[in-house]
Amino acid sequence: MDTLPARPATDPGYNFGYLDEQTKRMIRRALLKAVAIPGYQVPFGSREMPLPYGWGTGGIQITASIIGPADTLKVIDQGADDTTNAVSIRRFFARVAGVATTERTAVATIIQTRHRIPERPLSAGQILVYQVPQPEPLRQLEPREAEARKMHALADYGLMHVKLYEDIARFGRIATSYNYPVMVNGRYLMAPSPIPAFDNPKMHRMAALQLFGAGREKRIYAVPPHTEVQSLDFDDHPFKVWRADRCCDLCGAPDSYLDEVVTDDKGGRMFVCSDTDHCAERRGAGHRGPLAGHALQEIAEGKS
Amino acid sequence: MSMTREPLLLVEKLRKHFTLHLQGGLVLGVLDDVDLAVAPGECVVLAGPSGAGKSTLMRCLYANYKPQSGSIRVHHRGGFVDMANAAPHDVLAVRRETMGYVSQFRRVIPRVPAREIVAEPLRAVGVPGPEALARAEAMLARLNIPPRLWGLPPATFSGGEQQRVNLARCFVMAYPVLLLDEPTAALDAANRRIVLTLIDEAKRRGSAIVGIFHDEEVRDAAATRTFTVRPQTVSDTTAA
Amino acid sequence: MSAAEPILSVRGLSRRFGAIAAVREVSFDLWPGEVMGVVGESGSGKTTLLHLVSGSLRPDAGTVLFRDRQGAMQDIQAMSEPARRMLARTDWGIVHQNPRDGLRMNVSAGANVGERLMAVGARHYGNIRGAAEDWLARVEMDLGRIDDLPRTFSGGMQQRLQIARTLVTHPRLVFMDEPTGGLDVSVQARLLDLIRNLVAVLGLSAIIVTHDLAVTRLLAHRLMVMQRGQVVETGLTDQVLDDPQHPYTQLLVSSVLAA
Repeated sequence: MDTLPARPATDPGYNFGYLDEQTKRMIRRALLKAVAIPGYQVPFGSREMPLPYGWGTGGIQITASIIGPADTLKVIDQGADDTTNAVSIRRFFARVAGVATTERTAVATIIQTRHRIPERPLSAGQILVYQVPQPEPLRQLEPREAEARKMHALADYGLMHVKLYEDIARFGRIATSYNYPVMVNGRYLMAPSPIPAFDNPKMHRMAALQLFGAGREKRIYAVPPHTEVQSLDFDDHPFKVWRADRCCDLCGAPDSYLDEVVTDDKGGRMFVCSDTDHCAERRGAGHRGPLAGHALQEIAEGKS
Repeated sequence: MSMTREPLLLVEKLRKHFTLHLQGGLVLGVLDDVDLAVAPGECVVLAGPSGAGKSTLMRCLYANYKPQSGSIRVHHRGGFVDMANAAPHDVLAVRRETMGYVSQFRRVIPRVPAREIVAEPLRAVGVPGPEALARAEAMLARLNIPPRLWGLPPATFSGGEQQRVNLARCFVMAYPVLLLDEPTAALDAANRRIVLTLIDEAKRRGSAIVGIFHDEEVRDAAATRTFTVRPQTVSDTTAA
Repeated sequence: MSAAEPILSVRGLSRRFGAIAAVREVSFDLWPGEVMGVVGESGSGKTTLLHLVSGSLRPDAGTVLFRDRQGAMQDIQAMSEPARRMLARTDWGIVHQNPRDGLRMNVSAGANVGERLMAVGARHYGNIRGAAEDWLARVEMDLGRIDDLPRTFSGGMQQRLQIARTLVTHPRLVFMDEPTGGLDVSVQARLLDLIRNLVAVLGLSAIIVTHDLAVTRLLAHRLMVMQRGQVVETGLTDQVLDDPQHPYTQLLVSSVLAA
């Protein structure tokens, strides 16, 4: 069975969680407001963080403000726990908060993510923190910030369907495949961050709390547990999840979101679960895909 | 003739002068205290020398010119509308339903075919499209416009043809009040006779007609009586 | 046609920009099916008046009342922002002089027409597409270009597209600001024919701001002449053009070749 990961010692040179307490309070107030108005973008005083914008500064500030010594943190980037960004952020919080970290979705209390929602359904008590590059779903269509805000205030969202119309006119279907706009609680239009549209249905009535942080854009928004989250669509072109029509080459999962991996310079490729923890868990339970035992798996497992 | 009936057009104390602000406020007096009543079935021909103000009176009656004072009451929808003082949309309603005008000046709407120009007044009072076109074509045919021209804009037509399109546009409606300013000026004898027949039909229908005809033959045939417009002296007083 | 009550009733509308009185004490009624031309040279206040009446600019004084579909007179300034927005995209239409102000240049022609429908809740792609095709045909545009971006269109085509986009929700009142300005003469003439037909067929009420008297002769039932923010003369179009009373109107009329 699982043993809880070892708890490293906090670096005494930093306040717990890196941010000072006043900043954390400010961010928590923004979070409370965000939770109270699901999908509404709350401005906050984003701080300079020890990594560049675009690397998850919004998500990190939220995590830093809500994390406590008893928490267990998981960080994923495009579903993977072992990418540079994920590893650095995990290491960062181990150092500045001394919290336990994990790669296992099931035991994490806080999961900070970039561009994915884990395959395993999240449960009550867990918190999913999204890193958001562009919180304003209307930005592409309405560049004027004041006008975009007014459109939110008046729930004036017809324009968003213009984009979906363009997709159908050009491609015969809604071709938006990530950052697919959603209506939250029937009121606010929200950018779900660049997660694949495949993940959109997981947001709907999720048992876990979902928090969104955009560091450069200085916005925080939230979806409280069990909130309605509907992907926009047309009556005659309903929202549909598109997924490569095959199973994971390593674990054989027929229903997970897949990454295409080029394996050599002769056109060889394989499809594997983008959620590395999910894949490993399935393999641990004895599931096998068509290319199980491939060299890539050896590498992956040697590392994890 | 029902000469005893109430007049359809009643002009009282009509005064009209032009102030030419661009010429130092030069005032041209044209009409002074004109009184005129036209009963159903009457064709009143305006007489007087050139420049006496016959056309100006005509244009005042149609509200194309704005008189300084007096009234021009037209029987319309069971009441009277004063063309000298009515609101634009009331004047337009009178023009649409009650009062037709054929001018010696032809102003064609660019790029609109002849049959559409003639059908337009019918459509404006709610006659359905196909019926309006059929009636328009019948009237064009009556006025000897060859069918090959019906689908063309009149801008390229001869003067006489344009004049007849104008006449067709007016006579396609059975207006209770008709204003005819030199309607036969550009027409040959055969077409003049057709116009006289149309005028005669309008009189028998009970229309009140005011006309200006230079052609004596037409004038004598059309007139039930003559109204002389007195020439005004050109004033050189400067407006304040 | 001549309904008993006006669709728009404007009283005492005034607006200053600093020391300049851009619009002074303007009042008028517009009747259903009536097209009113507002003429005057640049700086006479006609465009400001259009903005005041259409609610995009607040007046310093005066009221604008609009008769809604239920027959009630609505005070434009007193309306809530959402109600005014809804009005602007349903019962009202605005055709700008520069198509760039009225079109979304980065979405297709079809989406430009469909946007107003989507904004009022249309959520059936097939129906929206159908309406867009219908309106592109009505403004005589090539249906093969429905998925092209407006910036690939000529000026005249952009203006047609703007008209289609405006009329798709069947507005009852349309504001046009120099709708044929900036187009060359032959394109202008065809566009005028189109507007003239649409206005007549749809029975639109319209206010057309222009400095081109020939445009008003063709389109407007009556005119309002403005000079230095004030209305100096009003009347039937042909009356104002053929028998202008005010010195300024006489100057305007005498300044054009055979309007």
